[in-house]
Amino acid sequence: MIWNDDFETLPREALESLQLKRLQQTLERVYATVPFYRETYKKIGISPADIKSLDDLQRLPFTLKQDMRDSYPYGLFAVPLEQIVRIHASSGTTGKPTVVGYTRRDIETWTELMARSFVAAGTHQGDVIHNAYGYGLFTGGLGAHYGAERVGASVIPMSGGNTKKQLMIMQDFGSTVLTCTPSYSLFLAEVAAEEGIDIKSLKLKVGILGAEPWSEKMRQEIEAKLNIKAVDIYGLSEILGPGVGIECIEAQNGLHIWEDHFIPEIIDPETEEVLPVGEKGELVITTITKEGIPLIRYRTRDITRLIKEPCICGRTHARIERLSGRSDDMLIIRGVNVFPSQIESVLFNVEGVEPHYQLIVEREGTLDTLEVQVEVNEQSFSDEIKELQHLANKIRKEIKDLLGVTCKVRLVEPKSITRSEGKAQRVIDNRQKES
Amino acid sequence: MKVEQISIFIENKSGRLAEVTGILGEAGINIRALSLADTSDFGILRLIIKDPEKALQVLREHNFTVSKTDVIGVEVPDKPGGLSSILKILDKNNVNVEYMYAFVERSGDNAVIIFRFDNIDEAISALTRNGVKILKGEQITSI
Ligand SMILES: [Zn+2]
Repeated sequence: MIWNDDFETLPREALESLQLKRLQQTLERVYATVPFYRETYKKIGISPADIKSLDDLQRLPFTLKQDMRDSYPYGLFAVPLEQIVRIHASSGTTGKPTVVGYTRRDIETWTELMARSFVAAGTHQGDVIHNAYGYGLFTGGLGAHYGAERVGASVIPMSGGNTKKQLMIMQDFGSTVLTCTPSYSLFLAEVAAEEGIDIKSLKLKVGILGAEPWSEKMRQEIEAKLNIKAVDIYGLSEILGPGVGIECIEAQNGLHIWEDHFIPEIIDPETEEVLPVGEKGELVITTITKEGIPLIRYRTRDITRLIKEPCICGRTHARIERLSGRSDDMLIIRGVNVFPSQIESVLFNVEGVEPHYQLIVEREGTLDTLEVQVEVNEQSFSDEIKELQHLANKIRKEIKDLLGVTCKVRLVEPKSITRSEGKAQRVIDNRQKES
Repeated sequence: MKVEQISIFIENKSGRLAEVTGILGEAGINIRALSLADTSDFGILRLIIKDPEKALQVLREHNFTVSKTDVIGVEVPDKPGGLSSILKILDKNNVNVEYMYAFVERSGDNAVIIFRFDNIDEAISALTRNGVKILKGEQITSI
């Protein structure tokens, strides 16, 4: 099913000329109304009129999260505050959060794109959407909420936390669609098992999961444990919130980016050069319809690649591969780039091991050390020391083979790795404290 | 002749052993024999108890990783050479001992050795053929 046939299946040529037109309008607007852009462009001697093709976009400098912080709270807004009807902010783990403002039309756009996303994920009127994304400054809850209402589904505004109550509501209200982070969906399954609730027997059929990178293997686990289809959704508050991209349920292979509203590019995070289509690098997004806070070439820090091949669902919008990490999360261990998601995929391939792990990075003298803590469950447990040592060695060797980095594997008791109800804390990097 | 032993995965940090024995004690489960094998990171606690199913259930409720294994118990005279004659029999019959541990009967004269084999049936047959007395499960758990 397709929500907005006209735009979602627009032929590439028409889509690209629409993109160029909207890009040029956006550039004119930010140049006129946002000092940050005007000054930056003047400094390098470029004006909106110089951007005559989509390729010319590469001539413009990037916008960084730091630029948003520097203009805290409203410095990058392109409209006066009277026209802003909603303000969200991302949880800044360090210092001030990044603030985004939405005009009435931005909310309308967001609602439309979330509606497209829900329908692409197989949701429709008659569904009961259990929305466990957090409501509040975080964009997840309200973003999903508006889109679900637009589709005509019944929304339960659960927000996060209080897992036992979530399960009760899910059972009693007959939720058919779950929206939350992938790690929270597994946490729900775990608590259900503890409570003696057969989560597989519930009416849930689809999980629309996002806000953190997750692997294909984790998807398989979620689908098996909850007996649902798990669909990946992409978004970030700076750009819009959830609904920037979504996997279609037909293919479950790559997330369609709504290209009539965003222009995606992939760059090498080190050299900042645009990479050829298909190569893996950092996703950069330009918003081309946003009014409140348009962003030009925003560096998302998310690592992925662009897929331009046509999709079986009929949508013409390009896809991004599922995220394989964040360029920020990338750990550099003795000169080797390591993404937590890579460790996760190694663990999934070791028989009997659960994907519950934590990475501890320390610096001993001048040497970085990586410890991978892996929970021992009843499948991987043996009553013989040598078998467990063999397991730890096997994991260590696979990590060494795949990532080229030597680590220590420590087997730990189940649930000794802190479960969080939101994003899973996978990395504890103790090196930062020392600098 | 087989005895059910339960094994528990514990991290090497202080207090974990006491926690396990405390949980079992609270559930009214008496430990008949106990052995701890450990490395610098983790340990495996092996227990012989009267009601292994109940112990497994209680420990699982406390989020411990547990398993059940069949072992055998052999009574060995508590004097020099007692053990080596048994090991010789096993060796001669190519039976591999994965691990073993001993405890002394309350009555005094004999030690009971718990053996874990990779092939328990072969071990039982070799030992009985050579006249070694293998204890019944209830004989051990009632010690
Ligand atoms: Zn598709």
